[in-house]
Amino acid sequence: MIKFMLMVNRQGQTRLSRYYTPVELSRRAVLEADVVRCCLTRKKDQCSFVEYKDFKLIYRQYAALYIVVGVTDSENELSVYELVHNFVEVLDKYFSRVVSLDIMFNLDRVHIILDEMIQNGHIVETNKSRVLAPLTALDKMADS
Amino acid sequence: MALKIVKGSIDRMFDKNLQDLVRGIRNHKEDEAKYISTCIDEIKQELKQDNIAVKANAVCKLTYLQMLGYDVSWAAFNIVEVMSSSKFTYKRIGYLAASQCFHESTDVIMLTTNQIRKDLSSPNQYDTGVALTGLSCFVTPDLARDLANDIMTLMSHTKPYIRKKAVLIMYKVFLKYPESLRPAFPRLKEKLEDPDPGVQSAAVNVICELARRNPKNYLSLAPLFFKLMTSSTNNWVLIKIIKLFGALTPLEPRLGKKLIEPLTNLIHSTSAMSLLYECVNTVYIDVNTPPLPSLSLSLCLYLSLPPQLCVQKLRILIEDSDQNLKYLGLLAMSKILKTHPKSVQSHKDLILQCLDDKDESIRLRALDLLYGMVSKKNLMEIVKKLMLHVDKAEGTTYRDELLTKIIDICSQSNYQYITNFEWYISILVELTRLEGTRHGHLIASQMLDVAIRVKAIRGFAVAQMATLLDNAHLLTGNMQRMGICEVLYAAAWICGEFSEHLENPMQTLEAMLRPKVATLPGHIQAVYVQNAAKLFATVLKSQEGNTDSTAAQETSQLMIDRLPLFVQSANLEVQERASCILQLVKYIQKLQQKDVEVAEEVSALFAGELNPVAPKAQKKVPVPEGLDLDSWINEPPSESESEDEQPKAIFAKEEPKHSRPRREEVDEKELAKRREARKQEQANNPFYIKASPSSQKVYQEAPGVEHIPVVQIDLSVPLKVPGLPMSDQYVKLEEERRQKERAEKKKKEKKKRKEKRSGRGKKHDSGPESEEDITPAHQVDIVTEEMPEKSSKHKKKKQKKEKEEKEKKKKKKHHHHHHHSDGGGEEAVQNGTVEEEEPLPVSVFFCFLPLTKVYDIQGNLQDGSQVVVSVIFENKCDSFLKSMEFNVLDSLNSKLQRPEGSGPHDGLTVPFQLPPGVSNEARFVFTVQSIIMPQKLKGTLTFIVKDSSTHEKLDFKLHFTCTSYLITTPCYSDAFAKLLESGDLKCSSVRLEGVNMPFHHLLARICFHHHFSVVERIDSCASMYSRSIQGHHVCLLVKVSAQTVSIDAKCDEPTLLGNVLDEIKQTFSQC
Repeated sequence: MIKFMLMVNRQGQTRLSRYYTPVELSRRAVLEADVVRCCLTRKKDQCSFVEYKDFKLIYRQYAALYIVVGVTDSENELSVYELVHNFVEVLDKYFSRVVSLDIMFNLDRVHIILDEMIQNGHIVETNKSRVLAPLTALDKMADS
Repeated sequence: MALKIVKGSIDRMFDKNLQDLVRGIRNHKEDEAKYISTCIDEIKQELKQDNIAVKANAVCKLTYLQMLGYDVSWAAFNIVEVMSSSKFTYKRIGYLAASQCFHESTDVIMLTTNQIRKDLSSPNQYDTGVALTGLSCFVTPDLARDLANDIMTLMSHTKPYIRKKAVLIMYKVFLKYPESLRPAFPRLKEKLEDPDPGVQSAAVNVICELARRNPKNYLSLAPLFFKLMTSSTNNWVLIKIIKLFGALTPLEPRLGKKLIEPLTNLIHSTSAMSLLYECVNTVYIDVNTPPLPSLSLSLCLYLSLPPQLCVQKLRILIEDSDQNLKYLGLLAMSKILKTHPKSVQSHKDLILQCLDDKDESIRLRALDLLYGMVSKKNLMEIVKKLMLHVDKAEGTTYRDELLTKIIDICSQSNYQYITNFEWYISILVELTRLEGTRHGHLIASQMLDVAIRVKAIRGFAVAQMATLLDNAHLLTGNMQRMGICEVLYAAAWICGEFSEHLENPMQTLEAMLRPKVATLPGHIQAVYVQNAAKLFATVLKSQEGNTDSTAAQETSQLMIDRLPLFVQSANLEVQERASCILQLVKYIQKLQQKDVEVAEEVSALFAGELNPVAPKAQKKVPVPEGLDLDSWINEPPSESESEDEQPKAIFAKEEPKHSRPRREEVDEKELAKRREARKQEQANNPFYIKASPSSQKVYQEAPGVEHIPVVQIDLSVPLKVPGLPMSDQYVKLEEERRQKERAEKKKKEKKKRKEKRSGRGKKHDSGPESEEDITPAHQVDIVTEEMPEKSSKHKKKKQKKEKEEKEKKKKKKHHHHHHHSDGGGEEAVQNGTVEEEEPLPVSVFFCFLPLTKVYDIQGNLQDGSQVVVSVIFENKCDSFLKSMEFNVLDSLNSKLQRPEGSGPHDGLTVPFQLPPGVSNEARFVFTVQSIIMPQKLKGTLTFIVKDSSTHEKLDFKLHFTCTSYLITTPCYSDAFAKLLESGDLKCSSVRLEGVNMPFHHLLARICFHHHFSVVERIDSCASMYSRSIQGHHVCLLVKVSAQTVSIDAKCDEPTLLGNVLDEIKQTFSQC
């Protein structure tokens, strides 16, 4: 299962974090810094999977933004790798060409999207329009 | 009131929203912390207002700050307030904040139960959805218990959106409140067939997770999943299903059989690499998972098709330019390697290529794989490649990794794959040239280990080490290389201990006493000093023989001049040793001046060879009377105390200590387990010196040793510290050596084949050079921990290339005992006794109605008193035979070897069962004292016929002919002539009349049936040779004239000779 999902920029600042297993707040910062260092130091021609302590990290880079997912050993790396891309495609669709500022300023919305796709560490929905349905409903509600 | 609202909204206009906060933080890069603390103060103010919109906005900002790592737990109650807002836009902010900030110990969660229940049953599906999502993050056991029913109801909600979320959150509920699993399970199962794929996928996810924890309970769902697997098109779901099957198949092997087809289809058809990877991966990982290795083994057999297929597919992954696929391919490959090393080994080229990859993690994976792939044949080649990489590698971590891997690969399983230790020593020496490695210690311990345990290599090792000592300045040159100077420790010790092999001990002694040595770490200096003394002894010995006594005195003077430097050392060890030795040398010098011969006495100081300690040596030390090793020396601390004292985190895995009464029974098991673990560890630990007296004997006495080509290396070749790696030349030499061996073998094989063609032997395809065919140039002086005899003998046999084993004749001589069966047409199992009246020379065959046994007796070359009997059991009836037990009534002379602990009359279990029509081979080892007489042993075979489940018994007799104690041993004509000349052979002869067959057939027949080899053949006259397992030489001179064959024979044991000749006679009388 998925343990956490992070979005960080190239400076290592967290742009979004979601934990599916409880981690103490004080340890989150350490973990995030460590995980991010692990991924950021890797070169472009290196593979996107890192063995980290007792779990695996899967990361993908989109421009200046890195998405890092921590998964348990039993998870299929490639499927998570694809999930990350799927997530970004959904963001792309909702924000029409997403940039990292969108994510910063609409953190709550990104969370809604993420919650639609991953729930307690498992993939729950991958269909783009179905993922976005609640959000569009919400937006309509706000408009009216 | 109205005023308040207006005031509230005006205030809001000046409030920051999330966007403002983010922007603000970005604009205050210099004093971020200060800015945020003012923001938090603002938020605190906002939270004090009654307006829910303001509160929601504040909570939203808090969520962001929490993500940045600020503690917002103080606002927990406000979050609950926002959660309970009736407006969805606010409610979701509340839930989001809760899901981010709440954890099990947040106490306000208790307050939320009713609110959540209300939201769960809200008519608005998004209210329900957001509550479910939030709940999945902060569900506590209390919440789970209270809400389990509500969530269960939601699993059958009309909206799939709710259903899928409800199903998924049930997993969390099960974890927190396991009692809910039983009532919810039927509904969960139902959801597997939900019309909505999202709900299906959720249910698959949950069951997959549950099944991973306890697969047994979910076996009944297999058919359902099977259907899903063939129907689903969602790759994410398919992956989960395959994972699930991975967990189930070890429990139900029949599943594996069923899975082959759909899995193979998927492998062939899918375009999704992730799915392909999962197929290949799951099948192979889970095959190996304990706890049921035997069952998983059968799964392996069932899946006999896919290994090649999987490896092929993996090859495609690895060859892909995508680094991710490459990495995963290697990862999966390493899993297959454990079960199917052969199929992976054929892709060695590819894996070696991966060592050149830009990505370090791919290189490391490839390295891991290499470890499992080496064989005697390719070790040198692989290590050579690795050495090239060592030179190229940038980054010390990777280089150190390479270094440890090289050593790991070479030293694995007691240097099993090393055929040439000179090569290995040179590799180690080359490795010392690495810049800044941390593993000097590792290299040093390898050098010591090899030099101590491989006697044959000592001369070479000493020469190399002496050169290392000479060039010590290169190793200690700069501080960065401090790690590597550890090897000097090994070098000094080896040169000292085995100084008799030194070419120029004086030079080495000087090198060891250089002033520069004082800069080395203390423990190394200590070894230097001690071994300088050993060297001194050796030098004295050589110099005293000369007429000129000044040389010896000069040596003493050298010691006296140089040692004071060490006496001043700050290191106590060095100081102590140095002053001891200094005084000793001074005394020696005094004696020398009086012209007293001292060398003998000085070398007596260091006399004695380092002997390996047998693994069981401790056992032989008797326990002194009155000492009870099991009793406590001090009363054990009370239980509560010990538990309090132990920090739980560290000892979590350990069994809690029991008070005495319980201890004993646990101990029995524990001890056995530990013993097992220790054996395992010892077997894998090259530093554990093991030896058994027999192994050494074997090494020295192994026949034909003189024919094993040992590479002659010019020892004076200086070690080139810079420049071309020396180990390369060994690769070449090794090639040559093997070629020579191969050529020799071919010769032999040709001969054999000729014999076989004329004899009735099954043709044995020797194919390309196989693993076992490579004989090591040096033998490691180790024998693995005492294994059950059977397997160890088997191994030894392999090494000795006793191929005859395989040439068993499959001739069937049917002795049908037709007491027949009752009318049903089924053949009943018969009890019968069959005795071969006239035993065939080599093999005697039995045939019973239900079971055929064919056996072959082979002497064991390694041990003069052991004979291996291989028996082929063939089940000829229609029923399944199991629980076979093989037993032989021991005679005084011959005894069946039984595992330790079993009684002298216990049978041996045959390690397999026999389905109808199947045959299998089992081996039994007999100890034979005297081999000069043939012998018959009575035995019984008991077994159970599955259908009737009755115990059946078969009696048989094993005929040990004298021939079976002979072993085909090639002999050269000059050696043969010498043997005949020596005169201590007794003569005997026999004449065979009426033999009507060509001469070469006749020879082949003797060779084949009686294990002889032809030494020389001239026209119709041939000399033949064989040797018994106890070393008796048997020489024959066979002559043919007309139809009469005369055999003149010589042997150092007349009785044996007589019996062999009788047996030969019988062979020919039968045709």
